[in-house]
Amino acid sequence: MDPIDTSLVDWSRAQFALTAMYHWIFVPLTLGLGVVMAIMETLYVRTGREFWKQTARFWMKLFGINFAMGVATGIILEFEFGTNWSNYSWFVGDIFGAPLAIEGIVAFFMESTFIAVMYFGWNKVSKGAHLASTWLTIIGATISAWWILVANAWMQYPVGMEFNPDTVRNEMVDFAAVALSPVAVVKFCHTVTSSWVLGAAFVVGVSCWYLLRGRHQEFARASIRVACWFGLVAALLTAHTGHQSGRDIAQLQPMKLAAAEGLYEGGHNQGLVLAAALRPGVDWANPGEKSPFLFHIEMPGALSFLATHDFNGYVPGIRNILEGGYKLPDGSTALSAQEKMQRGRTAIAALATYRQTNDAAEKQAALESLRENFAYFGYGYLSSPADLVPPVALTFYSFRVMVMVGGFYLALFAGLLLLGKWICRWKLALLAVVLSTPLAWMASQAGWVVAEVGRQPWAIQGLLPNVAAISRLDVGAVQTTFFIFLGLFTLLLVAEVSIMVKAIAAGPEVE
Amino acid sequence: MNDISLLQQYWWFLVSLLGALLVFLMFVQGGQSLIWTLGKTEEHRRMLLLATGRKWELTFTTLVVFGGAFFASFPLFYSTSFGGAYWVWILILLCFVLQAVSYEFQLKNSNVLGTNTYRAFLFLNGVLGPLLIGTAVGTFFTGAEFVVDKVAVTNPAMPVISRWATPWHGLEAALVPQNLLLGLSVFLLTRMLACLYFLGCMADAALRETCRRRLWMEGFFFLLFFLTWLGYWLTSTGFGYIPENGMVYLQDYKYLNNLLAMPAVSAVLLLGVVLVLAGLVLGIRGWGKAFWLAGPGSVLAVLAILLCAGWNCTAYYPSVADLQSSLTLVNSSSSLFTLKTMTIVSFLIPLVLAYIAWAWRALDRKPITPDEV
Repeated sequence: MDPIDTSLVDWSRAQFALTAMYHWIFVPLTLGLGVVMAIMETLYVRTGREFWKQTARFWMKLFGINFAMGVATGIILEFEFGTNWSNYSWFVGDIFGAPLAIEGIVAFFMESTFIAVMYFGWNKVSKGAHLASTWLTIIGATISAWWILVANAWMQYPVGMEFNPDTVRNEMVDFAAVALSPVAVVKFCHTVTSSWVLGAAFVVGVSCWYLLRGRHQEFARASIRVACWFGLVAALLTAHTGHQSGRDIAQLQPMKLAAAEGLYEGGHNQGLVLAAALRPGVDWANPGEKSPFLFHIEMPGALSFLATHDFNGYVPGIRNILEGGYKLPDGSTALSAQEKMQRGRTAIAALATYRQTNDAAEKQAALESLRENFAYFGYGYLSSPADLVPPVALTFYSFRVMVMVGGFYLALFAGLLLLGKWICRWKLALLAVVLSTPLAWMASQAGWVVAEVGRQPWAIQGLLPNVAAISRLDVGAVQTTFFIFLGLFTLLLVAEVSIMVKAIAAGPEVE
Repeated sequence: MNDISLLQQYWWFLVSLLGALLVFLMFVQGGQSLIWTLGKTEEHRRMLLLATGRKWELTFTTLVVFGGAFFASFPLFYSTSFGGAYWVWILILLCFVLQAVSYEFQLKNSNVLGTNTYRAFLFLNGVLGPLLIGTAVGTFFTGAEFVVDKVAVTNPAMPVISRWATPWHGLEAALVPQNLLLGLSVFLLTRMLACLYFLGCMADAALRETCRRRLWMEGFFFLLFFLTWLGYWLTSTGFGYIPENGMVYLQDYKYLNNLLAMPAVSAVLLLGVVLVLAGLVLGIRGWGKAFWLAGPGSVLAVLAILLCAGWNCTAYYPSVADLQSSLTLVNSSSSLFTLKTMTIVSFLIPLVLAYIAWAWRALDRKPITPDEV
């Protein structure tokens, strides 16, 4: 039997990354803008002012254009787990499928039913029923985010399951552990609140453009006020949950943290890199004597504090994780990558024996060996310790983009609330705000790059590497579909942006 | 019957019900494929697309939930079929991607591709969606070209457990006449249902009359293809398995035997077919509510057919490349714990159906007038 073609793994990853990144252009705007427009419709229902109704309807129009693209790109993602990651679908489908199905039953139907009432029901249902439909649309979208993030969090921190050697798969044994895992809770809060920041940034950007053009002044000022309060609260929550997320990564995915910090040699009292340039072409599994940085500025002890809540806490670097030998938080000694790979191969061999032998004693011994080494099962598919090192430069720079842009928006929303009257009269400042709007998407995408590229080579952390998760397809087939999706999504994105720009140019039906 | 067996049957029922609802809701696709046939003027085309535009998301969501429920309850099907019949599923997904943007974009200024292109996308989705889904479902009865070997996980060089035995990756299903017959039947059923739906929700008399007249042709060809497929299905050799050891074997008249062994399912099929026929006849006579006979009738008929694919010790996804790789409810399902958990969640389905019914009624209470577009 031919071994797996590694380019098939790369193209399958590229296709999933492409579709996920396109999908994530639209989803955060849906989550953020949805809340803003629902707040505005609530103001309409409470005050009875036609102004708020027209304001809400304008943002709903933009919401609809964006929502359609989110739906279009989302369907591919769900089915790609089957089409391109079929081994994954079997190996963990017993756990991973449940959140997806619950997402469909609980959230998608809510979203798709009430969005129809939201758009077509203005003169068909009462004001209250319409407002409820608007809120239920965005609540449905947010519940949907909950379940898909539960699924994603489980891939980063697999809990609540046991391996069954008879069915050759992992099986769920504790639903609460999966659905309410601390990683899932933090991931959900961080992702949704950062999406609220993006939604607020979009509203502020569009509104500033109207102020710049001297159009729809009252509408623009009212929208900025609502969006800035909403955005400020969201940005503060994003920062808080981001810190919690960093702690989770330090404890559960230390290699991701080491990559995000460019930390080759770890130790106590580690500094957090504030600004740096990495030396190009460094082999991060073995960088040699030279510093991997061209320059770097760091805050002493801050990384140790982030990871351990102790300025003198120990943070392992890439070398330490590959070579092992350091003390883990539970007091045990970390194994080296080689040892983990050896135990993984032992586990795989034990499973093979268990499946093939008819001798009861041999079967029992194989089962015990499998259980003893199962924690390292996924390592058995790796060919070299270097496979465990994710792309460091991409993770490192993405992390900095995410944090810096997050800080920028925190300052922008606070600034607009405190100095809004002055800023809104200064055209250069308005132009800067308008032009900075795409930064919100850049940060949002960068966040996912840190989360997903930083955990390579794992499809499921420690359990299943990508190389063992794929479907057995021709590389040419995946290349073809990659370019089909690239062409189609790009074309539709161009159309979406064009429609959005035209709708913004046309403006709301209020001054 | 032990716990897991009961839950496997229950989840096959739910998956079948979702499949049946999907076929019913694909009247949206049927309507899209008739845009230019029924809509002779721009006003009429807009009215038709407004009618289906209020419902397309329900169809789309049902497809997604159908996929999610299959994944959660029978993950081996998800991994084997989607990863193997790659091209069929990718084509289905692509035509649904086109649909998702087309309703929103078609009448917008600066939509880059022009109104007619988006309507062509809707037409394409209307034709290919039901045809491909029907053809893919046909393989539940004729079989597919795959091999499953779970021990492959222990081979680090090639640990993939499911593989497709032909390089066509699913396209070969379109060469099986019985699959195509089912695909065409589903396609024509969606068009017939669309005519009936338009008949009930349009205020424009001329458009209603056009829909009524169109029912003749759609109904005739649907019955022709469906009854031919039904005849083949009832007389075909099917795939059974021995519950004690899971051994799959070929059995003459398997699906006819299933109907005889499960009289309740036979009654559901019969009732479904009668309701579809009654809806068709009354629709041709101009009764605006005939959709509410033919629609539920199609749900019942499709539900019964899908139940026959998996119940009564039947391999619901047979392999023609390796008979013993065939998927059954027993060898492809999730664990007892997962099925139990999902079953608790499934108790929310009546609530979901209730709010869908409320929204449907609220939006369709008044017929669509030319003024509305």
